This record gives sequence, structure tokens and C-alpha cells, in this order.
Amino acid sequence: MTKLIVDDVEIDVPPEYTLLQACEQAGAEIPRFCFHERLSIAGNCRMCLVEVKGGPPKPSASCAVAVRDLRPGPDGAPPVVLTKSPMVKKARQGVMEFLLINHPLDCPICDQGGECDLQDQAMAFGFEGSRYAENKRAVEDKYIGPLVRTSMNRCIHCTRCVRFTAEVAGTGDMGAIGRGEDMEITTYLETAMGSELQGNVADLCPVGALLPKPYSFKARSWELVKTESIDVMDALGSAIRIDTRGREVMRILPRVNDRVNEEWISDKARQIVDGLKSRRLDRPYIREGGKLRPASWREAFALIAEKIKAAPPHRIGAIAGDLCAVEEMFALQSLMGGLGAVSLDCRQDGAKLDPAFGRGSYIFNPTIAGIEAADGLMIIGSNPRIEAPVLNARIRKRWLKGGFKIGLIGEKADLTYDYAYLGAGPDTLASFADHAPAHMEKPMFLIGQGALAREDGLSVLALAAKSAGALGVIKDGWNGFAVLHTAAARVGGLDLGFVPRSGGLDAAGMAQAGALDVLYNLGADEIDIEPGAFVIYQGSHGDRGAARADVILPGAAYTEKSGLYVNTEGRVQLADRANFPPGDAREDWAILRALSDVLSRKLAFDSLKGLRERLFAAHPHFAAIDAVSDNASFDLDRLTGAGGAAGSASFASPITDFYLTNPIARASAVMAECSAMRLDLARHAAE
Amino acid sequence: MTVRRLAEVQPDSFAFSAENEAWADAIIAKYPQGRQASAVISLLWRAQKQNDYWLPRPAIEAVAEKLGMPYIRVLEIATFYSMFNLSPVGEYFVQLCGTTPCLLAGSDGIKSVLRNRIGEPGVVTADGKFSWNEVECLGACCNAPMVQINDDYFEDLTPDNFAKLLDDLAAGRPVRIGSQTGRVSSEPAGGLTALASFYGVSGQSGPYCVTEAPSMGDPAAARAELAAQSKAPAEPGHERLKQEEALSSGKPEPSVSSSDQTLN
Repeated sequence: MTKLIVDDVEIDVPPEYTLLQACEQAGAEIPRFCFHERLSIAGNCRMCLVEVKGGPPKPSASCAVAVRDLRPGPDGAPPVVLTKSPMVKKARQGVMEFLLINHPLDCPICDQGGECDLQDQAMAFGFEGSRYAENKRAVEDKYIGPLVRTSMNRCIHCTRCVRFTAEVAGTGDMGAIGRGEDMEITTYLETAMGSELQGNVADLCPVGALLPKPYSFKARSWELVKTESIDVMDALGSAIRIDTRGREVMRILPRVNDRVNEEWISDKARQIVDGLKSRRLDRPYIREGGKLRPASWREAFALIAEKIKAAPPHRIGAIAGDLCAVEEMFALQSLMGGLGAVSLDCRQDGAKLDPAFGRGSYIFNPTIAGIEAADGLMIIGSNPRIEAPVLNARIRKRWLKGGFKIGLIGEKADLTYDYAYLGAGPDTLASFADHAPAHMEKPMFLIGQGALAREDGLSVLALAAKSAGALGVIKDGWNGFAVLHTAAARVGGLDLGFVPRSGGLDAAGMAQAGALDVLYNLGADEIDIEPGAFVIYQGSHGDRGAARADVILPGAAYTEKSGLYVNTEGRVQLADRANFPPGDAREDWAILRALSDVLSRKLAFDSLKGLRERLFAAHPHFAAIDAVSDNASFDLDRLTGAGGAAGSASFASPITDFYLTNPIARASAVMAECSAMRLDLARHAAE
Repeated sequence: MTVRRLAEVQPDSFAFSAENEAWADAIIAKYPQGRQASAVISLLWRAQKQNDYWLPRPAIEAVAEKLGMPYIRVLEIATFYSMFNLSPVGEYFVQLCGTTPCLLAGSDGIKSVLRNRIGEPGVVTADGKFSWNEVECLGACCNAPMVQINDDYFEDLTPDNFAKLLDDLAAGRPVRIGSQTGRVSSEPAGGLTALASFYGVSGQSGPYCVTEAPSMGDPAAARAELAAQSKAPAEPGHERLKQEEALSSGKPEPSVSSSDQTLN
């Protein structure tokens, strides 16, 4: 630790701290544009200048000077840093004046207005006027993709976007061409960016040069109501902030959560917004003569009650989809339990994960932040770049630090980091089953749904568990067995035990023709249900599930309900309600509660609070919000003995199109545009 | 400095010649594993030389692929340095130094010669022989004003001798590289004024002059030796030496005629 004095405040900080960090710790506010905690230091905006006593007689860029580089005063007195001296004030004013020379005065028509670093800092640290009478420089706007709009006159060349795409996203999309006055930020020949995290550059931009394109000219930041929530587009459970105006979701932004998403979110999580407004189910429907007709809740419930009462319990089943919160799955499970149904499943993709082997067998045991502690990684049947782009950025971050070996079994893909390609399928995995322990402290297995959602998935899981034991992935003090889910609802469902009871059918079995009389489909849109059963679809969007439904009950999308989601690491997170479901649509747990009354199997709660009380009583770990219980049970011996011989088919990622993985995404025009463009790119690359 | 962007008309493809490919591999091998991108400027420079002194888009992409860099990283470098020409240049590409010492010594006069003879900067003449650009200091201030034509410096210019130089280049006549007034490197224009006796009998300095013991200053013998040396084969300096000798002896000998002395 090193002592220094910042504005008469003596502090003690680690010597590797920058002056900027030290000043912040001392409570001094340092303006900055180019500096960002999660990017490399550029030191090119000069806004963070401070005065250092004993240093050179000029202001120092505090972001680029380390505390250990300071010289002590005479008699060994601690070094002195001044952030409010006349020299600093003048330096900041000068820098701000230079920055504003070429910055257009278009704040009234700029979407960044109201949340602009340049605007705020010009108010706080700038001159009152400009002394510049010459012509301003003009820069042509660039096309850099469908998600980010540019207005390059406003650019102050902080290069945060360039550093983000080079370092975090790993695609190296953006760059600064030319030099001096002619420097311009662009992509190569104005092609679209290729990253799944590209929307983050608009957040990083401290001015209005890069802005989210779909949100252009829609709203002002001060009109929006901000609600903290959790993303459900992948199983990561990224922390998001939903900005609403009235009943309408205007945009989704990331929140900082170092344990999960740091401060990035994927493009799907961010730009799904227009999908929340289109193809919505806003009233119940009943299929009559092959066609769906609008109906009232009473009619729909009456029809359902008639069908369920006529069906024997073992011919009733329920499937829960990928976007369900824990509450509605718990309500549906309770309802099905009351009816005596045994066919329940939350794994519509057919993943062979089973709570019977312990919670440790289906969660991301080392945790996402734990990737940074690991020193080896084997990716099995997964493409983390499209299954969880933010997690992939974390793997890349670890890889960039060095000393991190990555192997891959499955499909070859550009993951933005180097890996050793080990093989395509279970045969390669089997070769590790009796392997000598790896020479690593903390090796990890990342097992994707591509390895588990298949006929021999259980055998592959058993094989992975056996290899994990052999290689030292699972040992005393370290569990590197990490299952990467693709569905936000999956771990919550497995925690609830939303799987077939003894004698029950799994999702694939229920979907078969003639397997059931009544199937309750709670938002499962990725499964084809064959004709035969009477299907009740409860969900938010008119997608595949609704097309196969006999009765549709309009539910709420994830922004419209308060719900618990358990992410892939088993972290229970609470999503708040940001707006209301459209039309007659209702929160999903309330629909199930109302239906239970009609079925004379009244659920024992009347409010969300009551539901949660019963949920927490039955499953106490759900009450520990934001935490991962660290003693997940893991029946390794039983698991390694499970399943037969694995097949030999290659692992393939379950996600073929990153932008269209769920009903909300498929309803979004922005996602459709991205998807079409990605296909186009792939076609060009193939030619 | 002008805005530096890729040319509108681009060739379809670019590939290093076998010789340059081998050269590039040798350069890349100098850098440690994982730091191959450090070779980017060397490779771009070689690519530019291979491609008539300008750098087309396919060459930028070829270099990026050879070094495993994103295209934009290489484009950043190619657009940053003025030594990379992004559009076609004349057979003789003149870079005029317009920085203060050259300006004080009369680079404006040189510039007007260029304007009259060639046209606006960046424009190639109709016959493809010439184009020019103004650049910042090339580091030959002692011999100001000066220009760089392709790889060589031409110094101590006046509007007259520069116009003649351009005429000679256009006609394919041999020209003298370096000072156009005959001085060696940047020694005083009127000959050495101090310590002259230490620096060869020609009264000039530099690696090409003949050194003798100061006490043995016999001009006639020295000249004879000089002549003998000038016949000695093929050290690069010798051709130059011959010129210098001719100059110092004041004889109007024709300029050197060997082909490596002319620009290509």
C-alpha cells in the first residue's frame, strides 16, 4: 500500500492503482471521456488532468499515471495530488474548449442529450463560451450495422468503441483511420460490425456519436421510468434496466453486475424491445372448426375445465417453456399435482439433465466470475459465442490474461479466442474418461446443450462427469463442472423438480400423437406438438405454440411481471415488473390461480406474496436472491453410472440462429433484420 | 496534409511475388511468437514497392491475412502514415518538403515548378511520369530545399536546377542523386573551412574522399590515386566518387551513365 495526499485527504491505496482510481477513492471527482474501467487505458482525451506536486511542472493525465510512479516529497512526505487547484481548473477548461471546437451544438436534436458525458462535463468543467470562430470540421456519418446509428460530427475520438470491439468483443470491427484532423472512427470499409455485443458501443460512447439505431428519436432520457430487471434471452440472467414511458418499453440497457454480466449485454437482450409490442396475444382464443376465434376468459376456462375433467390424470401433461419465471412454473406444478398428473417437463429441447443427480449436475458450478480463476477450459458441445455472448466475453477476458488453455469438442466456430480442436463428438470425450489428472489447478468443463439435448444426452453427461473426475475438474475445493443452459427458465424448472414423476412422460413423449388427452403448454414454442391432444397454450406471443393451440390464454412477457429467474450458475434473481401486459392478458401465475378455481382445485395462494411464501417454504433456496448456494449436491458416482453407451454423432449447437431463439425475438423486426444480414454475410463468406 | 482514403479504382487482387513472400516470411520470423503483427509496416512497405509505389485495398487485406490481423487494424496503419500511397502515383513520385527550413530556403519556388510542370498535388500527369505531394520534414534541412523522388533525395535545389532535373527524368537521362550543387552530404556549401587538412586531398569530407596523412599533401599524387580508385570495381560509392572528382577538378565530364545511378 502506498500513502498519498489527494486534496488534503490522506489515503492508502495499492501501488498499482492509477491516480484516477486513487482520487476517486479519496472522494475527488475526476472527469473523463476515454478512460473506462473495463477497457485498456488510452490516455487520449486529457480530460482527467490533475496536478502532481513534485512531478513535472505540467498537469498529468491521472488515468495513465500509476501511484507507484509518484515521487515522495522532501523528508519522505507522501506525494501530493491536487484535483481542484487553479492549474487543474484551467487545464480542464482548456481541454474542454478543444473538445468542443469541433463538436456540433446540436444537443437539442441529439438522442444523447440528457445523459451525455460531454454535456454534463461541459457544464461542470467548461468555459461559458467558445472563442473559436473558424469553420468546424465535418465528418461523414458511417454505416456500421443495423443496431448502431452514427453521427460522426459529434465524435471526440475517445476510442472507447475501438477498444471495446478489439478487447472485449474480440472481433476488431472498429478502428480509427487517418490521423490528426482527418482521423475518423469507422468499420472496415463501412461494413456492419460482426459482434453479438456490438450494441454496447453505443453505451460506451460518451457523446452522441454512436447511438442505438432502433431507439433513434423515440424518447428523452428524463421521460423514462427505469426498472431494474433480469434478461431472459439467454440463461445468463444478465442484469438489465428496462426504461418505460407510460405502458411502453422504450429501451433496455445493461446494469452493472460483476458476478454475471459485468456491464455488457448481448444485442438480443438489448434490441428485443420491438418484439414486445408485436404479435402479442392480448385476449383468449378458442379454436373452433380449425380456426381460432376471440373468446372471453370465462368461455376459455369453461372449455378447459370440460376437457380436463373428462381426461384421466395420466393423460394430462404440462410443458414449461424457456422464458417462464419460477412462480408460474410453481403454480402450474401445484395445479398439475392437484390434478394427479405425472407428465411434467421443463426441458422442451430434450436435454437429459435430471435433478435426481443433484443440483450440481445441471448448474454452472464454478460460477461465471469463477472463469477468471480457472486455468483451463474444455468446451463440450457448445458455441458460447451464440449461446451466451456475454459469457463468451468473460472467457475471452480470461484468455487474454494468458495461462489459459482452451480445448473444444464439438463444432468448430470463431469464438474470438484460440482453442485446440480436440474432436467432434462423444468418442473424443470418451478418450478423457480414464485420462490422468490435468496439470492444472482449476480446470473447467463447459458442457453445452448441444451435448445434452440428444438421445444419448444422459450418456454424454455421464461421460463428461467421469472425465471431469479423471481430469481433476471436480476435486476437493474446486468444482469446474459447468453446464451452460440456453433457456432462462431451465435451472428454475429443474430446481422445482418440473420433470416427469414416476410413470410420467417427458416433453418429447408428451408431444407425440395420441400420448395425451390434454396438454398444458406454458410458453413452450420450440417443440412441435403432434395432433391428438387438446393443447392449452399460455404465453405472450402468437408463435409456434399458439399456432398449435386449441385454447390460448394470453400471458405476460418478462417485462410485464415480477418473477424469479435462476440463471445457469444457479443464481436466483428477481426481475421487477416494468409495464403491464396488453389488453386482457394477465400475469401468468394469476391465470393459473384463476383456472384452478374453475377446476375446483383451488391453489392455496391469492397473491404473488402468498405464492412466494409457499414457494420458499417448499424450496428454501429460492429465498436467497442474488446468491448461489455454495453446497450444490452432486451425485457423481450415480451419474457416472447412468446412461448406456454414448452414440457417435457429432455435437451441434442447439442454436442455429442467434437472433431468433424465442418467440419475442421472432416477433422483433430488428432481430429479423440482424438475422437476415448474418445469413447474407455467411452466404458471401461461403462463396 | 490531405485526407488519406483508399482509391476509388482498385485492382481485383494482390499477391506477394515469390521473392517478396520469402522476404516477408523472414521479416515476420524476427518477431516473437504472437507478436507477428509488428511486421505490418515492413510488409505494407514491401507491398507498396511491388505495386508501383502505391497500396491497393487487396494488398492491405493480403497483409492483414498474412499477419492474422483484422483488416481495419492494417487500414488504420496504411491511412496513418503518409509514406503509404493509397492511390496510384507517377513513375517519378516527388515528395516536396515544405517544412520551415526548406520554406526559408525557397521551397516555394520548387513548389511553383512542380505546379507548372506537373499540376496539382496528388494528380498524376497524363503520361504517367510524374505526381507530387507536399510532405513534412524529411530530415535534410542542411541541404534545403529538397525533394524525395521515389527512394532518393535531391537536395540544394533551385527552380532552375530542379526544372532541369525533371526534364532529365522525363527524357530518361541520368541524373545525380543527392546535392544538385555538388557538395558531399551536408558539408559547407563552399567547401570545408576548418580542419580541412584532416579530410582528404579533394578538400572534401565524407567516406568517399581520399584520406592521406596531412603532412603528405601533394595534390598531384593524390589526384592520381583518386583516379586509380575510381577505376576500382563496384563499390557503390565509387560512381559517386567519380562524379565528385570530376566536380572538384572542374572538368566538364559527362555525368555518370551506369544504369543503377538513374532512377527506376
